[in-house]
This record gives sequence, structure tokens and C-alpha cells, in this order.
Amino acid sequence: MFGRKRVAAAAAVALACVAGTALAVDPPKLGQRAPADLLALMDKSIPPDGTGLPPGQGTPVQGQAVFLEKCAVCHGPRGEGLTNDRLVGGEGTLTQEITAKTVGSFWPYATTLFDYIRRAMPYDAPTSLKDDEVYATAAYILALNGIIKETDTLNAETLMKVKMPNADGFINQWVEPAPKAAAR
Amino acid sequence: MSKKSEVAHPLDGAEPVAGNGLLHRRLFLRGGALFTGATALTGIAGVGAAQAADYPAWRKEPGRPFVAYGTPSKFESDTQRIVTVRAPGYPTAGAGSSRTPLQLLEGIITPSGLHFERSHNGVPDIDPAQHKLLVHGLVKQPLVFTLEALDRYPRKSAIHFVECSGNSGGGWGLNPPVGPVGTMHGLVSCSEWSGVPLAYLLDEAGIDPKAKWILAEGADAAGMSRSVPLSKCLDDAMVALFQNGERVRPEQGYPMRLLLPGWEGNMNVKWLTRIKVTEGPTHTKDETSKYTELMPDGKALQFTFPMGVKSTITRPSEGVNMQGPGYYEIAGFAWSGNGKIARVDVSADGGQSWAPAALQDPVFPKALTRFRIPWEWKGGPGIVLQSRAVDETGAVQPTRDKLIEERGIKNAYHYNGITSWEVRESGLVKNVWA
Ligand code: HEC
Repeated sequence: MFGRKRVAAAAAVALACVAGTALAVDPPKLGQRAPADLLALMDKSIPPDGTGLPPGQGTPVQGQAVFLEKCAVCHGPRGEGLTNDRLVGGEGTLTQEITAKTVGSFWPYATTLFDYIRRAMPYDAPTSLKDDEVYATAAYILALNGIIKETDTLNAETLMKVKMPNADGFINQWVEPAPKAAAR
Repeated sequence: MSKKSEVAHPLDGAEPVAGNGLLHRRLFLRGGALFTGATALTGIAGVGAAQAADYPAWRKEPGRPFVAYGTPSKFESDTQRIVTVRAPGYPTAGAGSSRTPLQLLEGIITPSGLHFERSHNGVPDIDPAQHKLLVHGLVKQPLVFTLEALDRYPRKSAIHFVECSGNSGGGWGLNPPVGPVGTMHGLVSCSEWSGVPLAYLLDEAGIDPKAKWILAEGADAAGMSRSVPLSKCLDDAMVALFQNGERVRPEQGYPMRLLLPGWEGNMNVKWLTRIKVTEGPTHTKDETSKYTELMPDGKALQFTFPMGVKSTITRPSEGVNMQGPGYYEIAGFAWSGNGKIARVDVSADGGQSWAPAALQDPVFPKALTRFRIPWEWKGGPGIVLQSRAVDETGAVQPTRDKLIEERGIKNAYHYNGITSWEVRESGLVKNVWA
């Protein structure tokens, strides 16, 4: 763990490095305090621990209605894939010659599904879905994959209980480099 | 040999240094009289022999006046990005890419209009006066930066490639992709990027000791988002405002993009609008479902950030065919996300023998690097041209076989195997697996 001083020192070293030669003056500080409404609007990413999952809920049945209206044209009515990604099925194919990487067979976290639908889908009208519709479409896709039951309700609490089949399928390759020597 | 010409070619008598006629890399650099014997190359059009001795039209009338923004010669209208043609109204035409025509370029800089494009929901038309960059999360004080504010910070410039991690993905396929170099390898481009070191902005917001990562997000319709280790952000990351001297092009992230030298293109988030400082990675769609490397055992490698050492010959190459036997310069690009290119070896016999190519100055870390080597092509069968790059960390570009042995064929990303160009007796050049 970095101590506060170590981080400050690392940042200072980084600053000296990026400037090439030592800076005669510090860069100006022209960032403005971020207003709360802007933060609320923009801070929409959801990490695997679920921080930031909004209130609201949806069921697979509700999700099917939204999906047929707003998603099926590109992904097929049951997420089987059409002009764009297949979202359903493919379990057990990751080691096969013909592989189907889908939400069900490949995605490690259900939070990613909520995050991604809310930020980017439907492709032709991103950010247009209400949070309830995001929960519902995510529930529909998860139910089609047999990951939740058709009678389940998805909300901030239940989404965190979803265990994705391929949750252990990823190997983190990132290794922190040794800290650069302070004196150069 | 010299029967073809009155004047002996200056390379006549030069001893090959590797199989099938590769010559010493410094031979072309020896003295200025090099191409006095150019007519020795067959297939080069005669110089004015059949024309009446008169000035050409453009010598005899005034040229056109000045223009506010220059464009290439009308005779160069074939120098274009390689764009997949979609039916009009195709609903998701903005999710895809166009490629740099590497085979048509010289030097190491990609003209901005030819930089490859990769977007996940089109190119936004951002009004710079309304664009904001939010820096928040594990910081003392969440901050918003306008472009006007960022313009007042000290800047730095550096020449770096950006390469989509799916570049050369055709290499994983059963059959070699058909078409010029750019169709297979054209998701790499190299520019001079100028902007504000990201460390300045993070430092200004005040980094919390718990912080280890950031999430970078774009203002495009895809809301492209990627997690980046904080250490990279404090090392050489930049908020790029300029590309090759002018404001970053819309396709490249106008008015600002994240630049992470040497790391997979997708992380260099364009139209950058938000940096959230975090404890761990966010595991976004484009670092789980996509841009992870599926191995033969069904596990996927995640967070494989630097682009591996790689090279390809661009001249000759598919579509850049031979013009009859004689002397040629073999030339191409080499690059590595780990640092500088240290050497490039070239083979004309499918990897049985190798000769070192000359590296053209300047050689920058994490930038396209030009290599060249002279070659005498005598025609005949069995010629396969290859290049093999080595970077300053000692990493060696692998053969395709070795890469596939280690990583299988379903990886889809980070392909950096050796490229092979078969030169047929007819002079036709084809991409082959060798
Ligand atoms: C106009 C076509 C279109 C519509 C309508 C559409 N999508 Fe998509 N979808 C896409 C495209 C294109 C992508 C890939 C985007 C990219 O390149 O990053 C995608 C990707 C996805 C993915 C990620 C797939 C993967 O495995 O990586 C999910 C999940 C998804 N869409 C869900 C939805 C949902 C839910 C809706 C309806 C609310 C929807 N989509 C509507 C075109 C569409």
C-alpha cells in the first residue's frame, strides 16, 4: 500500500519526468470545483462491487417488452444475434473450435451488463433508457441465459447476488512496475 | 549483369549478406551516384524519349494562387484510408474501423487524414466550448477542466504510434488476408501528439493513497470507458490536444484524447470527458467481453496492455509488385509498445537466413520506426520476404507458428507474428503463411 507521502513523491517524480527538465514553476491550477449535478450526471460507471447501482428494478418479463421494441432489431428477439452481437448461449464453447463469447458464456460480472446497457444501448439512442428499463433488459438477457429465473426481479441488491458462470475465466496480466528510482 | 545497361549499377558486384540476394544494409547509403544507373532497372518508363523537346504546360503558364488549407495533389487521389463500404443507411456503420494505407506511406509520421479510425458508435461532433473534462473519484477535490483552461497548461510533445489491439487480427485466421499491407496491418498509425501530462491534472485534484487505477471515459455515443493503472497515468500519459501540429482530428478524439504511449489503442480514450480515480479496475465491457485474449484452455488473459514488438515489410508487399529483376530497397515499419526498436532483421528465404536492416533515424520509443535494406532480385521461385523486429527490452517478434502454439487461434487481439510476402517469379507479391 502506498502511504500518502509515497504517492505524493511518486507524483512529484512523474511531474519531473514529464517536464523533461525540472519545472521552474508549477503548472497552473485551473480546474474548477466540480458541481454536484455534473458529478451525478457523469458518474455512471459501475464496478464489480456494485457501487453506484441506482434505485429501481425490473423483471425478465418487463425486459422482454423493452427488448422486443428497442433491441431485437439488432440482437434478435431472444438475443440470439442478428446484425450485431449474440447475447445468449454458448456455454461450454470457450474451448471449442467454434466459440460463442456471449453475456452468458463469457462475461465475468453482471455489473458490466448494467453499466454497458445504460451507457451505450440501444445503439441508436444511447442514454435514453430509464434505470428500470436497464434493470429489466439486463434481467431478460440474464434469464435467457439461465443465470436468473424468469420470476426473479433485478435491482441493486439482487444484481449483486448474480454469479456469472465464467466469473473465474479471466487471468489478470497486469503487474505493477517496480517504482522508479527517485533520484536520477 | 551489366549487359542491360551502358552504365554499371553501383551495387554491381556487391556480395549478398543473406540468402536470395539480400545486400549489406549500408550499401545504399554509400555515396550519391547511386541511381545514375537507374535505367538498369527494367520496367522504368523511358525519360522523354518519344516526346517532342518542349516545356510541359505547367512551365508555360502561371500556377494557381494560395489556398487556406492544402490538400494532396489530385494525382494522389488513391492515397486513401481503407474503408469498408456499407449500404446507405446501414444502422451501425459507426461501429467499426478504417485503416491506414501503410503501403503508400514513407517516413514514420501518418498524415492526420490517414490515421486509422476505430469507433464504437461513430465520430461525435463536439463543440469545444461546451466540452468538459471531469477528474473525480479518489481525489481530494473533484475538478472540471475546460479546453480553455487546459490550453493554459505547459505542454509536451512526443511521437508515438497508436495501434488497435485487434490490428493484424487476420493473422489468427486459417488463410492469409488478401490485399495490401493496410488491410491486415493498417490499424496502426504514428503521430506527433502534444498536450498536457495527465499527472498535472491528477496532482491538482489530489490523489488519495488508496488509488491504484483510473477509469477513462469518452463523450461519444458509446461512452467508451477503460480502466488504466494509475502508475501509467503518472508515467507518460497525456491529455492530447494536438496531432501533427494541429488540433486533434475529430476521428482521433477532438478536442482531447487520452494518450497512453505503447498501450492498446482502445485505452487511448478519444473525446475524453471523465477520469475517475479508483481503487481497482471497473471491468467495463471493453476490458471483459472485448479486448481480452481467449487462450486454448478457455481462460482469457485480461489487462494485456502494451502492444508487442512487431514489424512488416511494406515495399515490396501485396499490390506493391516487382517491376522486373534488379536492385530494390526493401523497406517497412517496426514498432514496440515496450520502448525503442533495437534491430530489424530481414530474410528473403522464408527465415532460413537473415541480414540486419538499417534503422532510419529518428528512432523513438513507442513510435513507428523505418527500416531499409538493399536487395537484388534475380527473379526465380522460392522467395519469401520476412522482417523480424527486436526491441530494446530484448523482446523478439515471434513467428506465426510460435505465436499460435502459445496462444491458440481464438485470441483475436495482440497479433504480432512475422509477416511473410511471397515474391512469385512473375513479380506478383502475395501475403502467405510461412
Ligand atoms: C441499431 C442496432 C442496435 C440496437 C437497436 C441495440 N444494439 Fe446492442 N449492440 C449493437 C452494436 C453495434 C454493439 C457493439 C458495439 C461496439 O462495437 O462496442 C452492441 C453491443 C451490445 C452488447 C454487448 C455485446 C458483447 O458481448 O460485447 C449488449 C449487452 C447489448 N448490445 C445490449 C443491447 C440492448 C439491451 C439493447 C436494447 C436496449 C440493444 N443492445 C440495442 C447494436 C445494437
